[in-house]
Amino acid sequence: MASQVMTNLDPKSRAAAKGLSDLTIRNLFIIPTIAFLIIFNIFPLLYSLAYSFTDFRASTNAPAQFVGLQNYRELLSDPFIWKNFSITAKYVLISVAGQVIVGFGLAMLLNRSIPAKGLITTLLLLPMMLSMAVVGLFWKLLYDPNFGIINYIFGLDKFEWLADPDMALYAIAIVDIWMWAPFVMLLSLAGLSAVPKHLYEAAEIDRASGFYTFFRITLPLVAPILMIAIIFRTMEAFKTFDLAYVLSSQPTTELIAIRLYKMAFQEWQTGMSSALAYIVLIMVVAITNIYVKYLNKVKAR
Amino acid sequence: MRNRLIGIAGGLALALASSTSAYAQELTIFWAEWDPANYLQELVNEYEAESGVTVTVETTPWSDFQTKAFTEFNARGSAYDMIVGDSQWLGAASEGGHYVDLTDFFNEHNLGEVMAPATVKYYAEYPGNSGKYWAVPAEGDAVGWSYRKDWFEDPAEMAAFKEKYGYDLAPPADWKQLTDIAEFFHRPDENRYGIAIYTDNSYDAMVMGVENAIFSYGADLGNFETYEVDGYVNSDKAVAALENYKKLYSYTPPGWAKTFFVENNQAITEGLVAMSMNYFAFFPALLNESSNPHAANTGFFANPAGPDGDQFAALGGQGISIVKYSENQEEAMKFLEWFIKDETQKRWAELGGYTASSAVLKSDEFRKATPYNEAFYQTMFKVKDFWAVPEFAELLTSANQRLYPFIVGDEGSAKETLDALASDWEATFKKYGRTK
Repeated sequence: MASQVMTNLDPKSRAAAKGLSDLTIRNLFIIPTIAFLIIFNIFPLLYSLAYSFTDFRASTNAPAQFVGLQNYRELLSDPFIWKNFSITAKYVLISVAGQVIVGFGLAMLLNRSIPAKGLITTLLLLPMMLSMAVVGLFWKLLYDPNFGIINYIFGLDKFEWLADPDMALYAIAIVDIWMWAPFVMLLSLAGLSAVPKHLYEAAEIDRASGFYTFFRITLPLVAPILMIAIIFRTMEAFKTFDLAYVLSSQPTTELIAIRLYKMAFQEWQTGMSSALAYIVLIMVVAITNIYVKYLNKVKAR
Repeated sequence: MRNRLIGIAGGLALALASSTSAYAQELTIFWAEWDPANYLQELVNEYEAESGVTVTVETTPWSDFQTKAFTEFNARGSAYDMIVGDSQWLGAASEGGHYVDLTDFFNEHNLGEVMAPATVKYYAEYPGNSGKYWAVPAEGDAVGWSYRKDWFEDPAEMAAFKEKYGYDLAPPADWKQLTDIAEFFHRPDENRYGIAIYTDNSYDAMVMGVENAIFSYGADLGNFETYEVDGYVNSDKAVAALENYKKLYSYTPPGWAKTFFVENNQAITEGLVAMSMNYFAFFPALLNESSNPHAANTGFFANPAGPDGDQFAALGGQGISIVKYSENQEEAMKFLEWFIKDETQKRWAELGGYTASSAVLKSDEFRKATPYNEAFYQTMFKVKDFWAVPEFAELLTSANQRLYPFIVGDEGSAKETLDALASDWEATFKKYGRTK
């Protein structure tokens, strides 16, 4: 009887009788989201884009003057900025490659039936749950040539991990690998567990070698998820700031994010730093696009 | 009627509450997190007892100090009524309109005569020789040295030193002696090292250390009137000074590539080095037996002279300024009037603060109060500072980018380093229209 009454009502009255209409509910969720995006993402993005074409310095009361592409020209012709980019590229390469090798290796180990597998997996995940700044301070002590435990364990005497300009970047990358290899491990484990067992059984029947099984079955099937891990870690490594800043902020470890921070908040070159932020953004988007295209190719196979 | 009464009572309560805050006798001073800030809090507690005005010294770690202060300035925030800002900030903060002009206050109280000349020049006046003042010298400071008295006074060491270098082992009178002593005590096999110097390439740490050498070698960073740098910062004397600084780096303990005041005090407390560079403001910790097991054997000396007898030191310390956006400027001015009184300055020195008052500095009482006060007194009359122009941070960045690879990374020569730095600074001054 009740449903019959409802069907006799016009659509508006029916929605009112039900409570909130679908449209209202949709708007209730979408409008705040759009407002949030505009206020906190799009507006600052456009505002900083406008600043990137000015000589504005936030520390002064002087109004911003339009300078066109001057900031971009200056940045792209600054050898120190290119040095920062090359340091960042080197860091991303070492760090992400290390994380993929160690993380995937760990996943391969944990994909076997071993005792206390759950506990080991949980313990291995601990580093990535720690704060970057805490990890930085912790490793700074471990690396200390006077009383750090690493030199003691490896018998390296007074080896300078962070003080040596040539070694410092590797030392930071080691910490990043320690911290984020578990993330790659986690994703790889998910990928490995999804590989159909019958493929391995077939390979075994065909007496395929371990090498063949790995490169023809395991890796191709895990590759898409591994690519996702690489994309995430590349983006993160590209914008690394805290770890490098806490551990050893010296010219050979001055990543682009550190230079950007100094330019924006120590030198207060607001216009110039906005331009640098856009250059970094364009680079990250370009690299990510290359990865995504490659990921799609891998998936298509 | 009842509702109306409740409304009136509520309104009254709100009015009272807001009027209380409008006349709040509260002031906030912003400073970096270090011992002098604690001494200042003790001092201002006495002001509260006298005047009823509560003054809070709010602090933040040194690494965040500049960023936090300027973020607040840029936001035109009124969180701080006064700030004990770095000397280099004078240009940026005054030209940016963040500090209250204290010229009339300065002249009215004749502070140009009352305070030590160097502190007036570097902590208060901008532009140089303009007669415009933006701060009241608050915490005088400069870079000095601590050393291991017991190592220096050991008869066996003294004899060995005399035999090797031909003169007596004693606190160094010049940079050559400083280098000789560092070399003499540098014994990595015994876990004993020659010297601790500033090498941190962030902000002004290493630059201050290098300045100690450059100034005492009779060189300068540039012409502060014309902004000429070529021929100054890369002069032969500056090159020799930088070469010597790099040489000193080779006598530092392992891992000494990013060190500042904390590590340099640790070098003494952990018995690592014979001599350590540091700001005088950090020396009280070295006399404290609980923080320095070698406290009884720690001595102090002023930055030694250069080869031609010039003797200067890099300036630390800060002046206290009133923030333009403070809602309590009148009250802050009254506080400054109290702060500059002779008895307040004397008390400030007693608590551990480094007064800038000439009279207190010159008094025997002050000079004999601690083992380092005499060296501090000597130093404060021969200090020099970095550029205080608004673009000082960019100049510091260039200096760090050029000096660090040479000193720590062993890249290039001192001449190449300073020529490149002169070129960077010229470009910066040109960019901001200071030179053509």
